[in-house]
Amino acid sequence: MTSTDQQPFLSVKDLKVHFSTEDGIVKAVDGLSFDIAKGQTLGIVGESGSGKSVTNLTILGLHDPARTQIDGEILLDGKELLTASERELEKLRGNKMSMIFQDALASLSPYHTIGTQISEVYRKHTGASKKESRERAIEMLKRVGIPQPDVRVDDYPHQFSGGMRQRAMIAMALVCDPELLIADEPTTALDVTVQAQIMDLLKDLQQEFGTAIIFITHDLGVIADIADDVLVMYGGRCVERGTKKQVLSSPEHPYTVGLLNSMPSLDGPVDVPLSPIPGSPPSLLNPPTGCRFHPRCAFAEKVPGGKCSSDQPTLEVVEGRGSACHLELSRRADLFADYAATSHN
Amino acid sequence: MFRFLVRRTLGALVILLIISAVTFWLFYAIPRDPAMMSCGKNCTPDMLKQVRHNLDIDHPVPVQYWYWLKGIFVGRSYGDFGNCSAPCLGYSFANREPVLGTILDRLPLTLSLAFGSAVVFLVFGIGSGMIAAVRQGKWQDKVASSASLVASSLQIYFIGYVAMYFLVAKLGILNNPSYTPLTQNPFEWASGLLLPWLVLALIWTANYTRMTRSQLVETLSEDYVRTARAKGMSSRSVFFRFAWRGAMGPIVTIFGIDLATLIGGAIITESVFSLQGVGRLAVQSVNQSDLPMVLGVTLLSAGAIVVFNIVVDAVYAVIDPRIRLA
Repeated sequence: MTSTDQQPFLSVKDLKVHFSTEDGIVKAVDGLSFDIAKGQTLGIVGESGSGKSVTNLTILGLHDPARTQIDGEILLDGKELLTASERELEKLRGNKMSMIFQDALASLSPYHTIGTQISEVYRKHTGASKKESRERAIEMLKRVGIPQPDVRVDDYPHQFSGGMRQRAMIAMALVCDPELLIADEPTTALDVTVQAQIMDLLKDLQQEFGTAIIFITHDLGVIADIADDVLVMYGGRCVERGTKKQVLSSPEHPYTVGLLNSMPSLDGPVDVPLSPIPGSPPSLLNPPTGCRFHPRCAFAEKVPGGKCSSDQPTLEVVEGRGSACHLELSRRADLFADYAATSHN
Repeated sequence: MFRFLVRRTLGALVILLIISAVTFWLFYAIPRDPAMMSCGKNCTPDMLKQVRHNLDIDHPVPVQYWYWLKGIFVGRSYGDFGNCSAPCLGYSFANREPVLGTILDRLPLTLSLAFGSAVVFLVFGIGSGMIAAVRQGKWQDKVASSASLVASSLQIYFIGYVAMYFLVAKLGILNNPSYTPLTQNPFEWASGLLLPWLVLALIWTANYTRMTRSQLVETLSEDYVRTARAKGMSSRSVFFRFAWRGAMGPIVTIFGIDLATLIGGAIITESVFSLQGVGRLAVQSVNQSDLPMVLGVTLLSAGAIVVFNIVVDAVYAVIDPRIRLA
């Protein structure tokens, strides 16, 4: 089931986020579009600085308007967010849409108890009493699997372990049953067992409430676990999108291929060296001309006329599937297979 | 908390004991004889001996120190001059009165000066620092930053006289600095001290503006402040409950030390405005080689710093739950 089957709950259209800095304009996100339906999970993959987090902070409206130039459209349940007032956004944040941040220790206030931090969200958005909100906080802590929630509710974040803090962060994000949940690498800092528990938790909660989830990660294993659809970002643009199966098993973009090749495989021989993508992420201040990936692309010379360095490839999306590459689509599967074979020798 | 207070109080007493001993020793290291000064020009050896006896300094230094210490607990008798009941910090060589009484006489003025100007510099310093932090890079920020740079380069002995000349003598807006006890007439108390408060505060405000600004700029970019916004908290709540809460700690610390310093006597300010506070008492007693008074004032300053340090640490633990008192 792809997101196009249903009315999209969140719709991002041609989003551009540009920051003015002393050195010039940083194009952190440069023309990004995607949809997500209720109950669906969209995985956004990409290297650091590819614009994943910026996109999601923009959805919540957390950028300083004085330093940020934002263009495009973000529709949440039909409501335009980019033109909404700060007041309106305050009512939506933490309520209809909420976010789980990456570093729970830094993202939770060290000065307030876990219980206060969770219950104040509930109080703010539902107008519940202090007592009710506290009970709600205990209930949420119980649901995310904190032992002795009625005692731990009065603890401070520094008294929690890393996994518990992340759970508390999730409890805080879910306390108002949001319809859109943005999870920004929620499991990056955690060990694998805790990571698996948290993924299960998110899946359960999604089933229960039909939440739409945007899951940001650079871990393809996590994507394989949780996502319905996948969007691959590079240099502030979407280079490939499709269902999880399409993107992971028959990738259409050389960058996606590179990401997949740089992952160890559990069922292959152990002594196969990983092949990383050469080079480093592009400067967003002076992005490369043409395709932003071409300086690092192993296939750029397979395209005649140096088109990769002169023309920006467009992303053609048909039924939720598409990629932005100048290579002829029919040749790609063979080229990628040959490349995988040679690079693993 | 209780253990913390007991431990720190004992520590404070040890520090004060050491400070008093060092002051005692330093005083006698100076080649100046208080008895000679007291005795006057036509002094005979016999008179000098009598004066020494009267001042109770005709013993070896360690014995004198012991008598001084003992006096704190059991009081002392000074023969002809009368008795000094416990806690006795000694008898002033210069004005022949108990040290403690003289200091307590002067203290209300110094406390009024310290707390009054503290209110002014806290309100203006923190206020302008907050405005500068919120309006980062805008004109408000630039005005606050340059004004605080100018203000912090001013000196009281310059700006104090300039202010007196213009505000009091020329324009007559403010009263000539004077001290009326608060309990006697609150209005006169305030109007007499307004000019010293403003001048003293002008110089201290700058520090607080800069510190508040830099602390807030730092906490405003903290992840937990972003989280607070992401969960829909109002901008006011984000600012005061989260950003300001994080910025407060270092400001409280510096404020504690600053206030303690002011209680030890604002020497220059008191001199400029001819106010008889603890600061001027300190200067006078040094000039007159008045050992008991020097000791008393020194202990007051040291005590204020030691006590405020304990208070600051306790307050810090209240502000930041990560800090545990032990």
